[in-house]
Amino acid sequence: MITTLIYSLTGLILFGMGFFTLIIHSHPLRKILAVNVMSTGVFLILVATAYIPLGEGEIDPVPHAMVLTGIVVSVSVTALALILACRIQETSNSSLPGRKQQGEVPEESIR
Amino acid sequence: MSRTGKSHKRLDGFQRLLLLLVICMVMLLGYIIWSTPGSKPVLTDAVAQMQEYSGVESPVTAVLLNFRGYDTLLEVMVLLLAVIGTWSLTEAFFPVQGSEISPVQMGAVRLLAPVMCLVAAYLVWQGSHLAGGAFQGGAILGAAGVLVLVTELPGLRTIPVLSLRIGLVLGPLLFTGTALFCLFITGDLLGYPKGAGGWMILLVETGCAVSIGLTLALLFAGGRPDKESIWKNNP
Amino acid sequence: MTVFQFSSPAWMVCPVILPLIAGLLCFLFSHRTFAIALAAALTNLLVVCLLTGQLLVFGPMRCHMGGWQPPLGITLRTDGPALLMLLMTAVTGLAITLYARGYFSYRISDPRRAGRHQRQQRYFWPLWMLLLAGLNGLFLSNDVFNVYVTLELIGISAASLAALSGKPASLLASFRYLLVSLLGSLTYLFGIVFLYRSNGVLDLGLLQNLAANGLGIRTALVLMSVGLLLKTALFPLHFWLPPAHANALAPVSAILSALVVKGSFYMLFRFWFEIFPSTITQPTLNFMGTLGAVAVLWGAVQAIRQHRLKLMVAYSTVSQLGYLFIAFPLARVDGGIPVWSIVIFIALAHACAKSAMFMAAGTVFLHLGHDRIKDLSGVRASLPITVFAYGIAGVSLMGLPPSGGFVGKWLLLTASLGSSQWWWALVVITGSLLASIYVFRVMSRLFVIPEGFSLKKSEPHFRLLEWPALALALISLFLGLAASWPLHILVHGTTTLAQVFVGGLP
Repeated sequence: MITTLIYSLTGLILFGMGFFTLIIHSHPLRKILAVNVMSTGVFLILVATAYIPLGEGEIDPVPHAMVLTGIVVSVSVTALALILACRIQETSNSSLPGRKQQGEVPEESIR
Repeated sequence: MSRTGKSHKRLDGFQRLLLLLVICMVMLLGYIIWSTPGSKPVLTDAVAQMQEYSGVESPVTAVLLNFRGYDTLLEVMVLLLAVIGTWSLTEAFFPVQGSEISPVQMGAVRLLAPVMCLVAAYLVWQGSHLAGGAFQGGAILGAAGVLVLVTELPGLRTIPVLSLRIGLVLGPLLFTGTALFCLFITGDLLGYPKGAGGWMILLVETGCAVSIGLTLALLFAGGRPDKESIWKNNP
Repeated sequence: MTVFQFSSPAWMVCPVILPLIAGLLCFLFSHRTFAIALAAALTNLLVVCLLTGQLLVFGPMRCHMGGWQPPLGITLRTDGPALLMLLMTAVTGLAITLYARGYFSYRISDPRRAGRHQRQQRYFWPLWMLLLAGLNGLFLSNDVFNVYVTLELIGISAASLAALSGKPASLLASFRYLLVSLLGSLTYLFGIVFLYRSNGVLDLGLLQNLAANGLGIRTALVLMSVGLLLKTALFPLHFWLPPAHANALAPVSAILSALVVKGSFYMLFRFWFEIFPSTITQPTLNFMGTLGAVAVLWGAVQAIRQHRLKLMVAYSTVSQLGYLFIAFPLARVDGGIPVWSIVIFIALAHACAKSAMFMAAGTVFLHLGHDRIKDLSGVRASLPITVFAYGIAGVSLMGLPPSGGFVGKWLLLTASLGSSQWWWALVVITGSLLASIYVFRVMSRLFVIPEGFSLKKSEPHFRLLEWPALALALISLFLGLAASWPLHILVHGTTTLAQVFVGGLP
């Protein structure tokens, strides 16, 4: 029981840390990493729930399957977001004035 | 801009407030987790009872590819979507380093890549009774692909684009095909016929492992390949 | 074979599997992708019509994936609301498919950037087909975790589609959209963790029966709602929507505004009013209604202030989404029309009208090369059908009779006055007035023909660009006249009488 709790709380703290970083930083890479830390936190809590206190040595396979799905999704989104961030860097270096036409405030553009 | 300097300085008012809020949120959720101890899930018993009908011995694989196989089918599509998304965004850009790659790295990758493929195959096969399966095998394959790409060995780069696309679609298409085949035979999507569950799951897993490995390696490459030759002509 | 019988529940998998296969094939082949996509969209519409017939004859149905019963396996089910959403997706999806064909052929016919447009078209079809599969999967799903997977499918394909135009602004908007969507689904997944901890099941039907009013359930519901609200873009969380919708290609804007935001809203609504109705309190509903009211007014005011047509239409989406949430506090009205019908009506009318409007805006953009509202005059002469479609869609957005928007807002008004919560009625009326301002502001420009204006020769592909928009606009207009028909499906889908009837069949 206490093991599960420690894992869950660690996951929770990771989630909170990731969320804080996601909001306050404007750099795309930091944002992507922050979301990754958050998802790691959620996965940790999910894995911790798989531990069944009653049966010795038994685990609940359903959360494991869910975490595996979650990891795959997280990998896909991270890859896409990273390449998108690279692309933004490339285009904004070559044609910076393009942003202003769209009615966007550049400072807050990523936030 | 304040982007780089600010992060090391003290937090301003908004950030402090946010920090306070986040800490409160974490403490509240922590209290909730602490005060609601998890009950024994209903699902666990159901999985344990139906395990022998699933065709595999590992409970996680049984959940992934049999009981909740529909989820996994959609999830494989998510991976493919990531590749389509990146291909729609940009071309793969691979600065060729040529002679800068050390011969030790070359030799090591030459040795490692086949071994990794072997490990991946073993993991897929092992998935039926122990921890392992398509995703773990695919991850190892993907790592091998990344090593080959980084070392600039010809392996992945000389594959024609059409074959790459076929390889990417192979797993998802095989999975969907199996699902439909089961629909026609037993009347349920992904309802494997009696006794055939084991080898059908292995077939789907093998196809998916290849596609997942290729997907991960191509995500690392970071974009679509050139018209017919892959990355060969890039500067 | 039993699978092909009319009564077989296995038809339910077709709206998911068919677009999936079409998406794979569209990615695999580089030619004839439009034919594949069109075939999938058409078959999808046919199958959804068949499912509707099934619902009317047999009542709500369930389909167990792999033959595994609920606690273990995943279940799909059809009922009234789900089918109406499916119908909405199928009809709008077909129109968008046709429009996208016209849009890309028109752009490719311009030799200057043909390669780039060809590439956009090349990747548009597989992404759109997989998005369609995800949406259909979401509407049919009856499993909490399966909903998470379909949400991810929708989120990733929608973000990729939004980035397709390749302009810096759209890339930036798409990046933000991707992050918001990921954050939303992560929060949703966190909610699932609490749900699973306290109940141990994932099937929505079982959760509905089990759900006790515990702390775990409430936390789960809060987290899941926040995640879904982020994806639905309710007022304070709407910041990502206007740039993402306005900077995308025209068919993509139509998809995002008409369909994608409805997906997460539909799920939210099911959680609140079908699965955990006992957990919800009236103050919470009032809070949501307030946010919706602010969204209606704020979105409309922002729409009025915009200088670009597409941004205006995008802010109008923020405003129109607010109406869906005003229905929340009116849900407990006794003896009135059930809240499902109000919400579904507004959603259906908005989907048709908004996609028609975005298509019209896209056509105008293609024709003029810009969409600055003050320079729109003279378009009526060269694009009469498009301007007509824009006007009719505007009528539905304003809520004039006999449009579907009118019926939705009328139901809202009667419900709010019937429960003596007149302030909601005030918001609805003010919102409609503001909507008429932003619609007419553009319309007055569109209908003016400046002196000395010469008619350009119209291009060959214009038919596919104009008629789908008009068809959708007309559907949204006549939805109000045929209002009894969707209500009939809704009533059929939610009574248990029909289930008894099915139970008696051999």
